[in-house]
Amino acid sequence: MVAILEQVFRDQWGRVLAALIGFLGDFELAEEAAQEAFAIAAERWPRDGVPSNPATWLVTTGRNRAVDRIRRDRTLAAKTRMLQVPEQAEDRVSPTTFPDERLELIFTCCHPALAVDAQVALVLRTLGGLTTVQIAHAFLVPEPTMAQRLVRAKRKIKAAGIPFRVPPERLLPDRLLAVLAVVYLIFNEGYGGRGELAAEALLLGRALAELMPDEPEVHGLLAMMLLLDARRDARFHNNEIVVLADQDRSLWDESQIADGRIVLDRALALRGRGPYVVQAAIASLHADEPRDWPQIAALYGELARITDSPVVELSRAVAVAEADGPQRGLDIVDHVPLEDYHYLHSTRGELLRRLGRPDEARDAYRRALALVHDDAERRLLERRLAELDTATGPAR
Amino acid sequence: MKYMLLIHQGDTPTPRSPEAWASLSEDERKAVYADYQAINQTPGVTPGLGLGAPETATTVRVQNGKTLTTDGPFVEIKEAVGGYLLFEADDLDAAIELAARIPAARLGGAIEVRPIVEW
Repeated sequence: MVAILEQVFRDQWGRVLAALIGFLGDFELAEEAAQEAFAIAAERWPRDGVPSNPATWLVTTGRNRAVDRIRRDRTLAAKTRMLQVPEQAEDRVSPTTFPDERLELIFTCCHPALAVDAQVALVLRTLGGLTTVQIAHAFLVPEPTMAQRLVRAKRKIKAAGIPFRVPPERLLPDRLLAVLAVVYLIFNEGYGGRGELAAEALLLGRALAELMPDEPEVHGLLAMMLLLDARRDARFHNNEIVVLADQDRSLWDESQIADGRIVLDRALALRGRGPYVVQAAIASLHADEPRDWPQIAALYGELARITDSPVVELSRAVAVAEADGPQRGLDIVDHVPLEDYHYLHSTRGELLRRLGRPDEARDAYRRALALVHDDAERRLLERRLAELDTATGPAR
Repeated sequence: MKYMLLIHQGDTPTPRSPEAWASLSEDERKAVYADYQAINQTPGVTPGLGLGAPETATTVRVQNGKTLTTDGPFVEIKEAVGGYLLFEADDLDAAIELAARIPAARLGGAIEVRPIVEW
């Protein structure tokens, strides 16, 4: 029973909360109501059984609780939209289902008038159902800081009049980019090692793809996340980074790779050529053996054109080095304006090593080491430097 | 909802500084007047009264019962409010769209959108 309850909470929190916000027009009130509804369910369902439509039961219960609360507080009642709510018995579940307002919710949470870190926290709290404590831990932020960030964001939504809606057509492209950026950011945090965030991002990605089935970039993002996440177990061995070429392919999640490719096909069928679709296509090619490096290099070229990002240009250099030899790759690296980026120097080091220029390679790895912050990345660079010394004799 | 839109001119060329104003083309200067006119005629907008230049401001404080004045605005000249208007709108999106049409927003200044609290 406990497991069933947890599963229902997990699956329904976002929908129930979205419906309550849509009805009450107030994030804080809705959150309290949702919490109360779930608490009542936890008490009653084990005794009375799970209702046939748990989500509707939860929304109705949350709604009634909020109405009661507001009736008790008349000044509050004057300020909310819910005065004409009909009397309803808690357990008399209305047969009609409530509308799915998760899309309204995610667009509201990702409104550009909110700071990005607040957008991320709100999405995880409202749609993901993570607790404030869980979000604080995931982002290595003290709990009171995270709690304050959430409260401030919820109050701003109300006080500044951020609308609870899917933006109209003319605003949609920009606003969708903001939503996708938040999901990608959550995924990236998880990809760095905190797996629960990656799983959360995948759930959000799946929900978005279901809610916006005709947006190619939504499918592109989901496909990219599925394809990258499928290699999760192979990316680390004893807490050490394993680069793609050295990964144990038997640790890849083949069925998830297949899923990712189906989603990618859907994005391509919708004529998607945006940055997420291209990145998904690259991730798909990386899952092939042997890898089609000229094709990967060409796609990085396309991505560099769309995004104008030097980081992408650096990735292109790596692919070109595989396709056309290290010198061609090095020619590109030497024009990438990322002097303070450790990955630029480690890439140079690797290409110089392949070109048989160990002294320059060593210098490049040392520069990379001076710039790197992440411990696992540092150890990877130290191993590379040590390999260089073993291969060529000790450094002078 | 009601919003106050506070216009910060920043580096925006204005007729107050003829040299900077001349840096705009004839068409751009005409567009600035036309845009402000269109904004003031937008339904829901209550145009603000004209403010003198930030340089003409006097900032007043009271310490130990004594009135102290300093020359200039409370913030730096470049950060000072240059004008304002009121806008009655459905939501923040509408206010942001109006703010983006104010010439100062594209010419080196910025618009601060503040909700009005109704007690």
